[in-house]
Amino acid sequence: MNNYNYDWKKYLTALLITAFIFVTSIAISNHFSNQKLETLRLIGDSISIDILSSDTQFDLLEASSCEAVDNSTFSKELNALGERLSFAEKQRSNTEEVQLLKKQYTLLLIKDYILMKKISTRCEVEPIFVLYFYSNLDDCSDCTRQGHVLTFLREKYPQLRVYSFDYHLELPALSTLLSISGITTADILPVLIIDDEQYKGFMELNDLETLPLFKELEAQRIAEEEAEAEEEANANSSDASDTNENNSNEIE
Amino acid sequence: MPVTEILMYIFLFATLFFQVFILLTFLDTRKDLFKKRNFNISKFPSVSIMVPCFNEEKTLAGTINSLLALDYPKEKLAIIVIDDGSTDSTPDVLTQFATNPQVKLYKKENGGKYTALNFGLERITSDLVGCLDADSFVERDALKIVVSYFLNDKSVDAVTPSIIIREPKSIIQKIQRAEYYGSIFLRKMLSYLGAIYVTPGPFSIFRRKVFTDLGNYEHAYNTEDFELALRMHNNSMKIVNAHEARVTTIGPYSARALHKQRLRWTFGFLKNIIDYKHLFGTHNGALGVLVLPSGIIALLTIIFFVSVSLYNITILSINKIIALQAVNWKLSSPSFSFDLFYLNTDASLIIGIVLIFMTIVAFTYGRKIADQKNLLIGEFILFAVLYVFVAPLWIIHSFYNLLLAKSTHWR
Repeated sequence: MNNYNYDWKKYLTALLITAFIFVTSIAISNHFSNQKLETLRLIGDSISIDILSSDTQFDLLEASSCEAVDNSTFSKELNALGERLSFAEKQRSNTEEVQLLKKQYTLLLIKDYILMKKISTRCEVEPIFVLYFYSNLDDCSDCTRQGHVLTFLREKYPQLRVYSFDYHLELPALSTLLSISGITTADILPVLIIDDEQYKGFMELNDLETLPLFKELEAQRIAEEEAEAEEEANANSSDASDTNENNSNEIE
Repeated sequence: MPVTEILMYIFLFATLFFQVFILLTFLDTRKDLFKKRNFNISKFPSVSIMVPCFNEEKTLAGTINSLLALDYPKEKLAIIVIDDGSTDSTPDVLTQFATNPQVKLYKKENGGKYTALNFGLERITSDLVGCLDADSFVERDALKIVVSYFLNDKSVDAVTPSIIIREPKSIIQKIQRAEYYGSIFLRKMLSYLGAIYVTPGPFSIFRRKVFTDLGNYEHAYNTEDFELALRMHNNSMKIVNAHEARVTTIGPYSARALHKQRLRWTFGFLKNIIDYKHLFGTHNGALGVLVLPSGIIALLTIIFFVSVSLYNITILSINKIIALQAVNWKLSSPSFSFDLFYLNTDASLIIGIVLIFMTIVAFTYGRKIADQKNLLIGEFILFAVLYVFVAPLWIIHSFYNLLLAKSTHWR
């Protein structure tokens, strides 16, 4: 006959150990989330300082500063910050913190946009940027697809700057930008502003590629590829002629 | 927090609790577990081992020979072979044993394993009764070890051995070998808890009074070994595990054969659990309060995680298709950059890692208990990877059959 002596102490110990593992795992996960947010903050602060520095430099040097101002790395850094923020938003951790960082990021985008506009006007350089207004809520079914198209174009043309703005983000500077751009309702999203022209609703990749900005970018890309190919060919032929010279020297 | 996330953490908590409890049991009992025991017995109760068979021409001779080679007085050991209407050359294989005084051969019309076992039971009068599947092989000292467990504790009513997969050839057999090490560990821990819930076909031995008191085997959805164990618990009978007694068995060769076997086991588990639902609760020790509920939770957990994973994969695939469609199927050049920022550091993943670690501990000690020296790492990885894809299929199939009141088959 079985005699059931319940070892309640063991059940309780198991429960406590399980709870401990759970709590520890949650604590470790939160620690990593906070670290990620700290990383975002540092990147944001770093970009903020760089933009402020360029802006100040530009103001100090006036017209002669066109060559001096070089913020080509911002494009990559801003993109990287944007991607990380998007990831953190999806993780749903520390939502308030993420929203604050998103606002900081948006302000940096606006600041960078203003600076780029100044440079393009003062230095008579073609603007290589796109303003993109979207919504993450259910009121914009085409926004996801438009985002994919712009990501593809950004990867194809690394010098292209895409300034993405979340329509529903509560930020006074963004509200002003929306007002200036004539965007008063989410019904018309997604909206692209390219070369001061406004395009409402989803823009196909083929249609975008016919615009002057992208034609120019494509021409630049082809020219760069041809230049690279020529350089490689020259390097190969000079290697070949060196080899021939060595061989003829040996024969002699 | 969404409902799926809450459910996920509930399932993880329950699974983790069970694992922690089993490992605590191991910590309590490891001295006894690895104690060197003396199996020199002075008493030799009479034993009958039944070998039910149906179309086992390839392995039957080996099975019977392994029984004949047992280190036990020949006059005390009878081997009862019941041919359940084989249609291959099983009868021809049996002719070589016709003149052996230890072996009794019977032939009957096909009726299923439990009918063959009951046929044998009606012709047995020995103290102890056991069975051995016709594709299993016992080690020489297995019976002496099992008998010593009966002699040392008069309250023991049944003893189960350690079952090891024999000479695995296919990948499916290799992953079963790893899996069986985990089972060896679990079965021993359940033995210490008095909560063994199955008396498996390969070499489970009973006092004959189990059958005289409780009756013969039932059909029990082709899982009579499981039903008998529950019936024994229902009557407060004691089942223990003699881990030193080793039996090797041939596992299903193909994924399809494995699926069929496990579908039968899981479906049988579910149906028998429903029949014996009164065993749940605090009046049946660890079996009722922990083991049986954990069995159900384990199955539901697997279904939940598979469903969630399939859903996520589907959403990911749909999003990828939308993305590619948006750019007219032009693929951008792939860039591989590993960024720690994107590493998943969710609490559920950390808990998952802890669970995997605990499983490795269980498998390692199971292997030690089975005294096996084969390389395990490769098989464990195979087990972890393939099982994740193979096991959910038979589990979902079992629940499907359960809900649609279908039945399973032996062959």
